[in-house]
Amino acid sequence: MDLTPILPEISLVGLAILVIILDLFIRRKETLLFVSVAGLIVPALLTTTLIGRTGSYLFDTVILDPYATFFKFVFLVAAALVLLASADYVDRFRLYDGEYYALILLSAAGMMLMASTRELISIYIALELATIPLAVLAGLQKDARAGEAALKYLLLAGLSSAFLLYGMAILFGLTGTTDLVGIGRGLPEAAGINRGALAMALVLLVAGLGFKISAVPFQFWAPDVYEGAPTPVTAYLSVASKMAGFALVLRFFTTAFATAAIDWPLIFAVLSVLSMTLGNIVAFVQTNIKRLLAYSSIAAAGYIMIGLASGTDLGASGLIFFLLSYAFTNLGAFIAVIAISEQIGSDDIADYAGLARRAPLLAFALTFCLVSLLGIPPTAGFAAKFYLFAGAVQQGLLWLAVIGVINSAISAYYYIKVVRAMYLLEPKTPAPVKISAPVALALFASAAGVLLVFIFAWPIIGLTEAASRSLFVR
Amino acid sequence: MNTNEPAVTIAFYVFSALTLGGAAGVVFGRNMFHAALFLVASFFGLAGIYVLLQADFLAVVQVLIYAGAISILVVFAIMLTRQVERGNEWNQLRGPGLLLGVLLLLGLLFVLTGTQWYTGMGPYPADTVSTLARQIFGPWVLPFEVASVLLLAALVGAIIIAREE
Repeated sequence: MDLTPILPEISLVGLAILVIILDLFIRRKETLLFVSVAGLIVPALLTTTLIGRTGSYLFDTVILDPYATFFKFVFLVAAALVLLASADYVDRFRLYDGEYYALILLSAAGMMLMASTRELISIYIALELATIPLAVLAGLQKDARAGEAALKYLLLAGLSSAFLLYGMAILFGLTGTTDLVGIGRGLPEAAGINRGALAMALVLLVAGLGFKISAVPFQFWAPDVYEGAPTPVTAYLSVASKMAGFALVLRFFTTAFATAAIDWPLIFAVLSVLSMTLGNIVAFVQTNIKRLLAYSSIAAAGYIMIGLASGTDLGASGLIFFLLSYAFTNLGAFIAVIAISEQIGSDDIADYAGLARRAPLLAFALTFCLVSLLGIPPTAGFAAKFYLFAGAVQQGLLWLAVIGVINSAISAYYYIKVVRAMYLLEPKTPAPVKISAPVALALFASAAGVLLVFIFAWPIIGLTEAASRSLFVR
Repeated sequence: MNTNEPAVTIAFYVFSALTLGGAAGVVFGRNMFHAALFLVASFFGLAGIYVLLQADFLAVVQVLIYAGAISILVVFAIMLTRQVERGNEWNQLRGPGLLLGVLLLLGLLFVLTGTQWYTGMGPYPADTVSTLARQIFGPWVLPFEVASVLLLAALVGAIIIAREE
């Protein structure tokens, strides 16, 4: 049995267990953070050895292709940045910092598996492994808000899993296999006489997976959970967890419904319009920066779904590129928020007044990330939106691209509101805002990522095209 | 077992009524403790269905783990919870929830009855225990092992959530 394709995941789980055990003996807690972040080099190196390998392993439960390898790297980077950004935050739950790091690592292992399996039972277990630690992490602060966040996340995750399992059961009942490729082969014949069952399966799967990507109308949990959870966990939820959801959605639908006579991309086109519009409009009235970023990430899910609406490899490539850009951008924005709220003790946008004078670099980094979320050069967000919208136009989805551009224009209002508060308003106190070294490193890495993805857009598009093509190879 | 025997048919309806009635009791019972007991009844009904499906080992596991261990855990959780006398609470979403539930039920009933399901899975294995073991440690070894990691994560999480500061 060849275990090398899942060695990155195995080593990541090993690292998580090592951190929990070290927590018992180590007095200096900074060491744990160092072990967690430095230890990520092992799964990263093991993933490097998988580059260029393709095939299906472990009784077809594990898939190796450029798509899976790409996402393995991205999840590792996201986990590392979130761990670094947690350096100051863990003081609030000193008793559990080892477990905190370990749960982030375990969740990352689940996400990596989500991107590299195409077998229903493995998909479900990997999804739960990514989700359950997040529910715990959301409740770590143990106040009323955190309790609400954790409980809401756990209950809605359970509900969405039920929908997902029902949908999977129907697919299995129609085709007699749990392998997505086998389902893709069997569905056209089985579904030709059972259109009702196919439509039902599709609706249930979209409802179940829509929760993970917080697409409207399955987004109700997001703002409350984002607000109540520790901010590094919010960053992790809004970036890594959402990316894992999309990585799974893309593989699931392009493989299982490859040739089935049902217009699944249309569902995502509709959800895309709903998510973009609702996310942007509700973000208008937010006064809390975490809630604002929550609605902005719901809108982002809308943009990302434009890549699903064509159901082709060009759309998929746009989606993957957008995810990469969104990851650096949103992580950067959240890390800046972590650093700021750690010092000023508030998440209210009103308290960001005059921040440019109290912390020029921090304010600049946050502005840079907001500009990228908005999609103005020279940022990754610009390249991502341009590529995604251009791809949609090329696929004959001009109307969807137009709605996307209009929504981007609308979103300028609330992003600029934050920038205006930081640069044009008078600070309440002149006290400078300091930032600790690990958080500064994470912020610098994210901002550099935002810039580099813009500068090296062409070579990266080469990678995302290779990744998306590997999805469509039969 | 001949599935066409009247006794098997009767048993199926009895176990189904137990499963569904128990589940309804869990949702509609006002008293949390009664709801837990209804859950046990539902678990037993499901075990009966497994027997009728000739999944004997699964039925035993269902009784041991769900009707036994998990039910006791639920009862303990209720006993240790403050404010449990407030009972099974309702909120203003019960109307929309009921509507959505009924719509989903009708949709699923329509699909379940109107579909030609795949039936080519072959004969029942004579010895379910060894077949199950060979399947779990063969083709399904990845989800099986990942499930143990998931349990570890849940265990760690439960401890830090439940622990007093």
